Amino acid sequence: MAGKVTFREERCKGCALCVEACPKGIIQLSKRFNAGGFNPAECVNEEACIACGFCARMCPDAVIEVHRVDR
Amino acid sequence: MTTVVAQRPKSLSDVVMNYCPGCTHGIIHRLVAEAIDALDARERTIGVASVGCSVFAYNYFECDMQQASHGRAPAVATGIKRVLPDRLVFTYQGDGDLASIGAAEIVHAAARGENITVIFVNNANYGMTGGQMAPTTLLGQKTTTTPLGRDPKTDGFPIRMAEMLATLQGPAYIARVSVHSPQAVKQAGDAIKKAFRLQAEGKGFTLIEVLSTCPTNWGLAPNQALKWLVENLIPFYPLGEFKKEEGGA
Ligand SMILES: Cc1ncc(C[n+]2csc(CCOP(=O)(O)OP(=O)(O)O)c2C)c(N)n1
Ligand code: SF4
Ligand code: SF4
Ligand code: SF4
Repeated sequence: MAGKVTFREERCKGCALCVEACPKGIIQLSKRFNAGGFNPAECVNEEACIACGFCARMCPDAVIEVHRVDR
Repeated sequence: MTTVVAQRPKSLSDVVMNYCPGCTHGIIHRLVAEAIDALDARERTIGVASVGCSVFAYNYFECDMQQASHGRAPAVATGIKRVLPDRLVFTYQGDGDLASIGAAEIVHAAARGENITVIFVNNANYGMTGGQMAPTTLLGQKTTTTPLGRDPKTDGFPIRMAEMLATLQGPAYIARVSVHSPQAVKQAGDAIKKAFRLQAEGKGFTLIEVLSTCPTNWGLAPNQALKWLVENLIPFYPLGEFKKEEGGA
């Protein structure tokens, strides 16, 4: 079982609440800027994602979608 | 095979919300939208937006919405629900809106046991207008109108609205929840769903107070604001269910 986590980057406000919420510590704010002028969050190690959905639950802007992948 | 664990609820409009980065108004909006989706009620829900940072809530929910003047959302919701009793009717109000200018409206809607759901967002200040003291501001809390901290001698004491309203016979369900962690968000979502379900069953007045952050006016980073909420708001505003029996008309 693994997770697939996708960020709607242009909607991200770089608040980092998802970074804090991830029990695997695999979300970071990137160095790039989006059109809003924020550093959008990204998953840096999707292999480690357990599809808990915590990041999406804490995101105030519904930026994150999480899928569980059963292999 | 892939299964969806989390995605944008259908009842949340696909637009950028005007809230500050990390403001938990956005989380609470999503929970309300999820509750509407859970009842498959998007086509028969009418929300009433208030005045405050959530004034644009009428753009953020994908159901019918009405804007009320400051504090009057419970009265407007009363009218809508009485004319259209088969609809789910909710208000979304801040603590300035609900507990100061709208104190009379919320007390009497609750006392009448109106069959509506109130989402009460308590961030312990007036967010929209620049962080002034609200009735919910803690003793000692610095705001732009209590720069030395709220002093009960001149500024009075904070009001625990959930507990106060729970003394009335009218309400069917009153709870206080928070959104400071994934677990807390799950519990908050469950309480909001329960309130909407009780309304659908005609049980009467339901109110969910949600402790929320205002990183901008608290002067804290979003994660620090969550920590401040846990360390300061929860000790004074305990989480829990304050009214569970079926009241209402
Ligand atoms: C009749 C009236 N009086 C005062 C105001 C100014 N005003 C706008 S928002 C607000 C308070 C908002 O605070 P709150 O309800 O706590 O919501 P928040 O912005 O914190 O989410 C006030 C006093 C107004 N718009 N209308
Ligand atoms: S679903 Fe869980 S493990 Fe995966 S990125 Fe989000 S918080 Fe981290
Ligand atoms: S919680 Fe949402 S808005 Fe905040 S940084 Fe993460 S994805 Fe961006
Ligand atoms: S002022 Fe405070 S309550 Fe209003 S959007 Fe900004 S952080 Fe949220």
